[in-house]
Amino acid sequence: MLRHRIDRIGLFLLVATGVTFAFGEAGLVARTAWPVYVMLSLAFLKGLWIALDFMELRHAPPLWRRLVVGWLAVVVLLILLAWALTSRPAAAAGLPDKPGPAATVAPLS
Amino acid sequence: MTAAVAAGEPPRLRGDLAIWLVIGAELLTFGLMFVAFAFARSREPALFDAGQARLDLHGGAINTVLLIGGSWCVAHAVEALRHDRRRAAGRWLAGALAAAAGFLVLKGHEFAVKSAAGYDLETDTFWMFYWLLTGFHFLHVAAAALLLGLVAWRMGQGAYGRGDVHAPETAAAFWHMVDLLWIVLFPLVYVMR
Repeated sequence: MLRHRIDRIGLFLLVATGVTFAFGEAGLVARTAWPVYVMLSLAFLKGLWIALDFMELRHAPPLWRRLVVGWLAVVVLLILLAWALTSRPAAAAGLPDKPGPAATVAPLS
Repeated sequence: MTAAVAAGEPPRLRGDLAIWLVIGAELLTFGLMFVAFAFARSREPALFDAGQARLDLHGGAINTVLLIGGSWCVAHAVEALRHDRRRAAGRWLAGALAAAAGFLVLKGHEFAVKSAAGYDLETDTFWMFYWLLTGFHFLHVAAAALLLGLVAWRMGQGAYGRGDVHAPETAAAFWHMVDLLWIVLFPLVYVMR
């Protein structure tokens, strides 16, 4: 049993990293959109816990907490925006409005 | 850490204000580079996908685990110092330094392999960003490890303990920032398409 918040956060960070790695290893991010949303959400949550608990901003003046968490939110959202704006040729299966990369998309027959 | 924060204690930054100003500048700089990378990829997705396919996902994941493990150790070290458990703090710091060394060795090996394969700053846009982002981050990991090493050395001389954790908190804040940056960098550069 994990007795300490540090340990619980560390475990979450490892599990979330495992999920991100699995998405990359399985090539899911190249085929469908939902793994990207999950992956970026996990990145945000991981960063949030690192900021609030490891950097201890949870107990810092609100301005500093808002600056770091705000930085994280803006960066993740802009990355998501850039990804959504990426135009790729020929839709991947199951995602007509967000096709996979050209290098991995099989030609439509 | 949270358990050490007495109820009713006024909010305060853990670590020196100067390091937090540095952290703010670093976050801004890296944030701009992350966003620039993302939008550059949106213009040349095929080129970025081809470059990413040359990266070692396993190595990137192991490096993520090393940085997270290092952060876990650093958080425990600071917590131990606050409770005057200096020997435990020393062990946690040694663990963090081992994680940092592991990251630097693994990343250094990756750099050597990529360089030998002919991928450099001038290869194309993807590799320019790869070297700038990961190289810049590598230097920050080295700097953070140096700070942790200084804290460990000073602790060996009898410094720090309950009521005297300002310097360890300062080094810890910088280390955690390095981890925070990698948390965004890893999915962005190694996984996302």
